[in-house]
Amino acid sequence: MIPQRTMYNWLDERLGWDALIAPLRKKTVPLHRLSYWYFLGGITLFLFVIQVLTGILLILYYRPGANEAFESVQYIMTQVQFGWLIRSIHSWSANLMIFTAFAHMFSVLFLKAYRKPRELTWVTGVILLFLVMGFGFSGYLLPWNTLAFFATKVGTEITGQVPVIGKPVMIFLRGGEEVSGATLTRFFGFHVAVLPGLATLLILLHLLLVQRVGISVPPKLEMEWDANPAAKREMKFFPNFMLRELMAWYVALGVLGALAAVFPWNLGVKADPFVPAPAGIKPEWYFLFMFQTLKLIPPKVWLIDGEVLGILAFGLIGLLWLLLPFFESDQPSSTKRWITGVAVFALAYGAAMSVYGYFAQ
Amino acid sequence: MGISRSNIRLLGRARLLLPAGLLLLSASLGCGQTTNSCLDCHSALPDPLGVSQEKFSQDIHAQRGLTCASCHGGDPTSDDADKAMSRKAGWKGKIDRKQIPQLCGSCHSDPAYMRQFNPSLRTDQLSQYTTSVHGKRFAAGDGKVAVCTDCHSVHDLRPPSDSRSTVNPVNVANTCSHCHADVGYMSAYKIPTNQFAEYSKSVHHDALMVRGDLSAPTCTTCHGNHGAAPPGVDKVQNVCSNCHTFQAQMYEKSSHKEAFQAVSLPGCVVCHGNHGISHPTEAKLGTGPDAVCMQCHTPGDACDQARAGLQRALGQLDEAIKSADQVLSVAESSGMDVSEARLGQDQARDSLTKARVTIHSFRTDLVDQDIQAGLKIAAKNLQAGKKAMAERNYRRVGLGISLGAIALVLVGLRLYIKQIES
Amino acid sequence: MATSNDGTTNPGDRLPSPMPRRRLVEVLLGTGFLATAVAFVYPVFRFLIPPKASDLGSDSVVAARVGELKLNSGKIFRFGSRPGLLIRIASGEYRAMSATCTHLSCTVQYRDDLRQVWCACHNGMYDLSGRNISGPPPRPLESFEVQVRGEEIFVRRRRET
Repeated sequence: MIPQRTMYNWLDERLGWDALIAPLRKKTVPLHRLSYWYFLGGITLFLFVIQVLTGILLILYYRPGANEAFESVQYIMTQVQFGWLIRSIHSWSANLMIFTAFAHMFSVLFLKAYRKPRELTWVTGVILLFLVMGFGFSGYLLPWNTLAFFATKVGTEITGQVPVIGKPVMIFLRGGEEVSGATLTRFFGFHVAVLPGLATLLILLHLLLVQRVGISVPPKLEMEWDANPAAKREMKFFPNFMLRELMAWYVALGVLGALAAVFPWNLGVKADPFVPAPAGIKPEWYFLFMFQTLKLIPPKVWLIDGEVLGILAFGLIGLLWLLLPFFESDQPSSTKRWITGVAVFALAYGAAMSVYGYFAQ
Repeated sequence: MGISRSNIRLLGRARLLLPAGLLLLSASLGCGQTTNSCLDCHSALPDPLGVSQEKFSQDIHAQRGLTCASCHGGDPTSDDADKAMSRKAGWKGKIDRKQIPQLCGSCHSDPAYMRQFNPSLRTDQLSQYTTSVHGKRFAAGDGKVAVCTDCHSVHDLRPPSDSRSTVNPVNVANTCSHCHADVGYMSAYKIPTNQFAEYSKSVHHDALMVRGDLSAPTCTTCHGNHGAAPPGVDKVQNVCSNCHTFQAQMYEKSSHKEAFQAVSLPGCVVCHGNHGISHPTEAKLGTGPDAVCMQCHTPGDACDQARAGLQRALGQLDEAIKSADQVLSVAESSGMDVSEARLGQDQARDSLTKARVTIHSFRTDLVDQDIQAGLKIAAKNLQAGKKAMAERNYRRVGLGISLGAIALVLVGLRLYIKQIES
Repeated sequence: MATSNDGTTNPGDRLPSPMPRRRLVEVLLGTGFLATAVAFVYPVFRFLIPPKASDLGSDSVVAARVGELKLNSGKIFRFGSRPGLLIRIASGEYRAMSATCTHLSCTVQYRDDLRQVWCACHNGMYDLSGRNISGPPPRPLESFEVQVRGEEIFVRRRRET
């Protein structure tokens, strides 16, 4: 007998493996004009795995602590064999992952894949998006360079503006009143333990839900196919779609490698808390749309402080975004069109503000 | 002439009135002022009799409790103009220009008096002034030369440490230029009036005004302030040597010192100028318009050859440093770490600076030593840069190979998919 | 296009690819996978092996060895990306400070005749603790901690309090 068969039977006798993966064998992916968007979720997952692997490698050399962090990253970039590659891949993959996460979210939004019965998939997905941005924010500080130090200062300062709970949350995040070595240690803990734990749980949940409910189809197409089942076109997930996803993943790998080799991530200058902030400090690009909006809000709106209003507004929008599917179930089509309108506006606004924020002085 | 004792006694009385005066007049005159009824009228009068409350409040004398009467005499406590400005009360009216140095000196040259206000202030300004060109001409009856108030201003006199003071380092050149750059005013004195214009183009002006380096020289640094006089021709290098010690030491031991002294040429000034000192470049060693050596030396002689050699050597080191910098920049922008080599470049630049200083010894062998040291360092850094570039290329090759492998997989997968779906 | 042996095809027939073609695809895929696997594993493998210089190097450096500096002398050493100055004063004690002059960033030196730190560029003077005492320098030189451990003299940045 072929060795693979023996191993497989051995596992099956003990784990019930065959019964577990039977649904996977039957899983199908709908085929239509917009099917390519289905890749995005998988690519995001792939990039997350890359992050975990490169992150584990980096942890073997990185030292958290104000007087060693920068030097340890410098060490990785200059002394460790291929350290520059691992670190640059980690930084580039982080940015790519956040981009694909947003793209995945918007594609789900426009393809209306959040409708019943997939509301929980959407909810877990949005929480994952927030976690991913948390990964970005906490990870950015770890090299302990000037830009990161001041971006963290500004970012946590903004959190502190929230009424009532803002200050305690800010102190919790910073590990004190000011951004210091304590903040670095804390962010390190968030970045390598807390957030990965939460993210893994939520990813498993998210994937499980996707498996259970199947891949969604845009509404119009759904109605067509319900009326005429013969018109339905599908592709088996395993091996057909899986192989195509593998191609996409290899392309992503190639892109990452090229970016890491041609544009290695820079070190910057070691953070010095006593030096005044350089002019024009901005957060990373995925926070720019919020940052720029806050800058544009006038200092006082009626009687409320402009910045506080902005922060509360974003908080509210985040909450509504999380609960989006619940606004649409069993609603007349006018509401559904309205939600599509909101989605288009959100995308346009986010993109425009990000570009504006990038070029603004 | 001169302040009489009565004024000082009056001052004492005014100080006694201070608490009462404060209570009565603080609301109308502003807190902290001694009774100074003069300003009641004079703040409303037009020029030249007008001194506003605002202006006088900036004055350091006013802030220390002195009043108009401290210099002008009279009775500052009286509201009646006749009583306030009575000769009996010692009123002097407008102080004549010829009285000013003595008037200021009556307090400022009295250590016992000045001790009460600021024990560390010098009290030799008047005696210094008498040694200065201004002071000597003043003694000879010239009314056009500067007296205390011309430089220090009056009624809104600020201490030199105040950046708005007319005698603060950043403002000194401007203050001097009020007379010294006025061609009409200076026409009788037969001295140039282009000093300020020249200085404004100079590297010292740039250091002081643009970079904000308060240690950079202005007029008074080289000429003195109260004892202002041009340094003698044979003493110029002493002045420059206060900051530029190394160059001065080299020059002292060099052949040029005696040569210049013999023909009464001022040392440093011959090549560098005095007021319009620009940043020296290799052009000074050349044969073009900025060349200084060729102003005296004959083309083709031993000195000319030495000059050409120096210019060549310095140019060589400069080039070496620049080309190493270039390679390091490219390597850096490609993501390579070249911080050690960059530090080495600082050392190479230090060698170049040192070589440029050593020129003042006018000995080619000494300059060569520094040049060679610098060249060695620059060569090492160039090597480091090249090594970094080689590493960069190695990475690109590695990337190419990986991308090739990935392309292979992609093609394979494509074909495989086609295969199983056909 | 694939055909059966007699040149006809029947509907529903699953046409097998010709053997050479299938082999080619398998070989291609296999080589590709192997190549990419090596391209990934090789760097990771090298990464895992610790480099020779195991110390980070720029927070604490060995500036000199005991006995290297005579009494009343100084030495320039590399500290991170900037030069540092190690002085052994007359009493035998060691002092360390940044060697970058705070005026215009020239490298300072120890003057054993003056027993002070001097900058050749514009005659700036610092005392043995790095305080600027005369000339243009506007600020003192940053002073470092010195620790003698065995035969080596370590210089370290002062810890943030």
